[in-house]
Amino acid sequence: MLKSKTFMKKTRSGGILKIVREHYLRDDITCGCKGCDECQQERAILELEPILESSLCTTAHYLLPDTNVLLHQIDILEDPILKNVILLQTVLQEVRSRSAPVYKRIKDLLHNPDKCFYAFTNEHHRETYLEQEQGENANDRNDRAIRTATKWYNKHLKKSPKMADVQVILITNDRRNKEKAVEEGIVAYTCEEYIKSLTANPELVDRLACVNDEKNEVESGRLIFAEHLPLSKLQQGIKSGAYLQGTFRASRDNYLEATVWVHGDSAENKEIIVQGLRNLNRAMHEDIVAVQLLDKENWVTMSSVVLQDEGDSDDIESVEEKEKMLKTAVNSVKKPSGQVVGIIKRNWRPYCGMLSKSQIKESTRHLFTPAERRIPRIRIETRQASTLEGQRIIVAVDGWPRNSRYPNGHFVKSLGTAGDKETETEVLLLEHDVPHQPFSQAVLSFLPKMPWTITPEDMKNRIDLRHLYVCSVDPPGCTDIDDALHCRELENGTLEVGVHIADVSHFIRPGNALDQESSNRGTTVYLCDKRIDMVPELLSSNLCSLRSNVDRLAFSCIWEVDENANILNTKFTKSVINSKASLTYAEAQMRIDSPNMNDEITQSLRLLNKLAKILKKRRIDNGALTLSSPEVRFHMDSETHDPIDLQTKELKETNSMVEEFMLLANISVAQKIYDEFSEYALLRKHPSPPPANYDILVKAAKSKNLDIKTDSAKALADSLDKAESPGFPYMNTLLRILATRCMMQAVYFCSGMDNDFHHYGLASPIYTHFTSPIRRYADIIVHRLLAVAVGADSTYPDLTDKHKIADICKNINFRHKMAQYSQRASVAFHTQLFFKNRGIVNEEGFILFVRKNAIVVLIPKFGLEGTVFFEEKDKKKTNLVFNDEVPFLKVENTTFHMFDKVKVKISLDASNIQHQKIRMALVEPEIPGVTSHEDIATNTNGEPVPKKSKS
Amino acid sequence: MAGLELLSDQGYRVDGRKAGELRKIRARMGVFAQADGSAYIEQGNTKALAVVYGPHEIRGSRSKMLHDRSVVNCQYSMATFSTGERKRRPHGDRKSSEMTLHLKQTFEAAILTQLYPRSQIDIYVQILQADGGNYCTCVNAATLAVIDAGIPMRDYVCASSAGFIEDTPLADLSYVEEAAGGPQLALALLPKSDQIALLEMNSRLHEDHLERVMDAASKACKDVYAVLDQVVREHLQELTTLLGDRTAA
Ligand SMILES: [Zn+2]
Repeated sequence: MLKSKTFMKKTRSGGILKIVREHYLRDDITCGCKGCDECQQERAILELEPILESSLCTTAHYLLPDTNVLLHQIDILEDPILKNVILLQTVLQEVRSRSAPVYKRIKDLLHNPDKCFYAFTNEHHRETYLEQEQGENANDRNDRAIRTATKWYNKHLKKSPKMADVQVILITNDRRNKEKAVEEGIVAYTCEEYIKSLTANPELVDRLACVNDEKNEVESGRLIFAEHLPLSKLQQGIKSGAYLQGTFRASRDNYLEATVWVHGDSAENKEIIVQGLRNLNRAMHEDIVAVQLLDKENWVTMSSVVLQDEGDSDDIESVEEKEKMLKTAVNSVKKPSGQVVGIIKRNWRPYCGMLSKSQIKESTRHLFTPAERRIPRIRIETRQASTLEGQRIIVAVDGWPRNSRYPNGHFVKSLGTAGDKETETEVLLLEHDVPHQPFSQAVLSFLPKMPWTITPEDMKNRIDLRHLYVCSVDPPGCTDIDDALHCRELENGTLEVGVHIADVSHFIRPGNALDQESSNRGTTVYLCDKRIDMVPELLSSNLCSLRSNVDRLAFSCIWEVDENANILNTKFTKSVINSKASLTYAEAQMRIDSPNMNDEITQSLRLLNKLAKILKKRRIDNGALTLSSPEVRFHMDSETHDPIDLQTKELKETNSMVEEFMLLANISVAQKIYDEFSEYALLRKHPSPPPANYDILVKAAKSKNLDIKTDSAKALADSLDKAESPGFPYMNTLLRILATRCMMQAVYFCSGMDNDFHHYGLASPIYTHFTSPIRRYADIIVHRLLAVAVGADSTYPDLTDKHKIADICKNINFRHKMAQYSQRASVAFHTQLFFKNRGIVNEEGFILFVRKNAIVVLIPKFGLEGTVFFEEKDKKKTNLVFNDEVPFLKVENTTFHMFDKVKVKISLDASNIQHQKIRMALVEPEIPGVTSHEDIATNTNGEPVPKKSKS
Repeated sequence: MAGLELLSDQGYRVDGRKAGELRKIRARMGVFAQADGSAYIEQGNTKALAVVYGPHEIRGSRSKMLHDRSVVNCQYSMATFSTGERKRRPHGDRKSSEMTLHLKQTFEAAILTQLYPRSQIDIYVQILQADGGNYCTCVNAATLAVIDAGIPMRDYVCASSAGFIEDTPLADLSYVEEAAGGPQLALALLPKSDQIALLEMNSRLHEDHLERVMDAASKACKDVYAVLDQVVREHLQELTTLLGDRTAA
């Protein structure tokens, strides 16, 4: 049956367009119920006997939620208790156009067989399709469609004897829709009514989002905030210049201050200060907001006051007191200041944090303090406050009414006891936005079926290299082996070197769910005791891992070189290899060094090692930098998995051997894909730092009578090599650490969108990542480009779209940054655990930086960096003189320069459970009244006496 | 916000069809008495009219005359009112010239031109309403018109488009689906022999998927064939009844 949909559309040029679209109605859309005799269906989803104990509905029932319930109560719908839900096409389409993240979560629910969620295509069903009536708006029409579908279901189920008792219940929070439904004889409840009726599962109530009616808001109580202007008004205002659009960035240290970074290129009013609760007007960190500039006489300066929100009531007066304090604080240059007049886009996410239990006994309303200091406290309702106290929990924000001091939210889930390793790991992953959920069914469905074998089809455009003596060299315990190597002498006396990289792009085909997921993850994240894979384990640790003695698909880069490592020719080909050995760096080193081993693998390794040394020398002669940063490994207790010892990573010759060939492969591939696709090549660049970045390094070296040249990478590398201080061997390492800090971040980019390709650190004119496709998505794209370039695979539209490649770069750059941050956070957490177990220790270290009121100290033994403050809240003022030129800091009569040796006391400060930190205090040189005199032996557990909890 | 969802997880397209289903086809032959052959066809909201003259003597310059077969002269045009926004030029633009060329190639391959040496066959096709698959609809209309004119062909020429979305081949794309910009191809097929009269592809399609999309397109062509054949048979039935009436009278 055919229906035509006609509607009007405005075109870009302003004309009115009449659009006619066909709309087919069908008789073959099934109801999805297992017990239905009417529909011919292969795969019914809704259970025959849905059982969920509800005091409102004692018989078996299915739920049919409307759009707003889905949008606002998705957290509760995700609870495993709630099953057998019918989602109408009408509802799904509305959700899709209103919230992409919620839509994705619903799709995941529909894919999850345990949840029994069924999507009913009601808009194309002959009996449930409705036409919009004259004078009816789209919302009302959709509500009517939802009611019609509910009625249809109830009528339809009656026809099957097995289903005759099953009811379909409409869940809607819209009062009018619910009234109409009841009039039409439909059983309808609000989400709250229904969830509260589930007497067997009272904990669900906590997860209800509190959605306020705008009306309610105005009626009750005193208004604190000005109204947010509607979007249309904001857009007008932005166009006319009355308002400015920007990203709201809350201050980490002061909850009454924020800055708005104005979008666009105008140099004027780039950064606008917003001060005071009312001016902030309920904007939250990362929101896109519209601000109005204040009159010049009301402009303010950023105060340097630290203010943490500690109140727990709607007490506005005390806030106003504090605001006055900010104003009178300093008397320097005023900066553009403004007030938030409206929110263009909220950027709320679920927040990790802890509950601050209400002082009032029996109260169900509590404040939640997010771990991120930039986020205000959130008011939630829960009956489990006593259980949740001391746990890390997740809370989602529902809204921020005008009469409320704090935003309202609801409890989503608990991550576990604060301070636990699992809990804290989860927190740091969430806070760094690292996707770490198990891979969904949809993603896993694109994995090869096991047992997997190489088929003749796989061998197309691929050469057989299984006869070669290929081996891999990795750190111990490595299960995701990306790369393997070989080297052999050819008959003409030249050498053949092969770098073989896991052929991940053979398994991950463009555009499917597996590809999308890996693209989104962007990188594998390595924490101290956990790895979050970019691709499912079957690929990362098995099919793509180039393990020994199994046939594996690879992408090989094969050079012919002379004995001086000059490249005579380069070949790229897809291949199949059979690695003969998976070695650790130490094992490979041992083979090279033991004179009585002469098997093919060892010979191959010796040749590789020899060539690598030549390559490395050449690279360094060209001005490549070798910088060091102290990398720390934890020795874990095998039982408790607690760190028991720290060790800085030791580098063997073989580390550098593997690295050399990976660099060579990356450079060769970069050149090849750029030659082939000058517009779409995904490359990696490392911009040279602006000269001013080196100031601190040059000054610091000068203070130790050393000369560092920074005119070019080569000059820097050479002068770093020469910078030795007699009797102070660690000096050179310190300088290199400092030089690393002066560097820019290396980034991925699309060759068609940029013209500076230079890689400063490697002194290479072009570079990319090819060698780790199991753990980096950039490499997968590079593999695809290279495969097209050598005719081993076909292309697809997105691969040759420079904007799409640029989008990918943007995401992976973000993910890499976040991966680094979370790694650091993980190291920091494990360091804390270590010192918690170790107690207070005194250790020697070096001053890395001097600040106005502190010195930053590096402890080489632990690779640990910490700050020693000389001004503390409750202590008497210390006499400090800071000189930025040398630089030095004089504390009383002692002067500190960079690189000075000091002795510090290290302890764990656990006074704030959400923000535990390592505390350092000066022990040597001794400064009366400043250095710590506490007897270490008396307090060895490193923790303050636990506070008595108010139970 | 995100564009339209062209294929839902439940397997339905925007207009409610499943992946392999055609739009509704309605067709009539012999709609113009003064032409040698004519036909009108609707495939969903795409509507086309085809008119055939010939075979007749070469008109205009005799230099284009062929001694071993007939010249097939085609013209494709779009009515000014065929799209939402009024078209300025009904024919002669680049797109129309391309379509004209495609039609010519298609029908030169299908008509038994060697039966009419030194003559000319004119095929005029006009899109009255455009909603995706313009070329294919024109081919199908022209096939009916050529049959109506009684010009022998190797086989029917049936055409259908196919696209590829969410790892699924879609048959007979509507305008909305075409406009999404995914890979798409147009196939004109001689269904009995499975011979391809014309294959045109827009944007890139991964080699791995080509076979599946081709299968979908040729299946669609065969479905079109079934409908067209039915139309021809019904038309013939009508004619014979009419003729029978006349002879009886
Ligand atoms: Zn049914």
